[in-house]
Amino acid sequence: MADAVFLALSVITIGSAIAALELRSLIYGSIALMGTLGGIAGFFLLLDSPFVAMFQLAVYVGSIAVLILFTVMLVKRELIFKKVEDKRRKFAGIALMLVFMVGLGAVIMDSGIKSITTDEPAVDFRDIGADFLTYYWPALILMALILAGSVTGALVLARREDVENEQRTN
Amino acid sequence: MSNELIDFVIISVALLGIGIYGLSVKRNAIRMLFAVEIVINAANLNMVAFGRFLPHSGGQTLALFSIAIAAAEVAVGLSLIIVAYRMYQNIDIADYRSLKG
Repeated sequence: MADAVFLALSVITIGSAIAALELRSLIYGSIALMGTLGGIAGFFLLLDSPFVAMFQLAVYVGSIAVLILFTVMLVKRELIFKKVEDKRRKFAGIALMLVFMVGLGAVIMDSGIKSITTDEPAVDFRDIGADFLTYYWPALILMALILAGSVTGALVLARREDVENEQRTN
Repeated sequence: MSNELIDFVIISVALLGIGIYGLSVKRNAIRMLFAVEIVINAANLNMVAFGRFLPHSGGQTLALFSIAIAAAEVAVGLSLIIVAYRMYQNIDIADYRSLKG
């Protein structure tokens, strides 16, 4: 059975996931998204994987959420608070979500996952480092190239063409 | 350890459902990006949970790769949203239908 910490974390995570999508202001929405990402990091700690939890905090809460927050601030004020929604579409979306959750949940509850428990010790983070440098080294290099390429691509995309070079230096 | 695998998988299914709801209902481009993030996090949670209960280091390794690639995806997605916002002065995806060339 789940313990109290798990229940608290799940309430925080799912509650702030709903808040991130439903709050009127995009700024509060992105702060709620930070709550979801932090809650997931807490789950990683519960799963005895502190290295992934720290990585999650550094990359998601530290950089992605802040990046989203700054992008939201670039948008016009009226657009941040504007909420265009079709009522029928919303109900259809909620129905889709419920059908999806109940269906997939029923399949999972019916499967053999329910009986899986473990008494074995957790994976040491040194094993992850060894994995990265032995078996997965081509993937690691490819990931570095993809990251560099995508960040450069993002910078080139977001560059303003209409600003002259002299204005840029001023 | 008192938590079982099924608890984490149920949380993951709930997050995936919320993400799908956001992707299908919301018309705001930034909110759709939030929904994509929630879906990716549900997948990461699943990977780490299964990796813990097998136990095998592959789950955590794959989750680390996934987090890094998600960071790249968000950077490109946000810059595309900024470019589209500059062109249309709006972040409603209904306005982006004529996006071509």
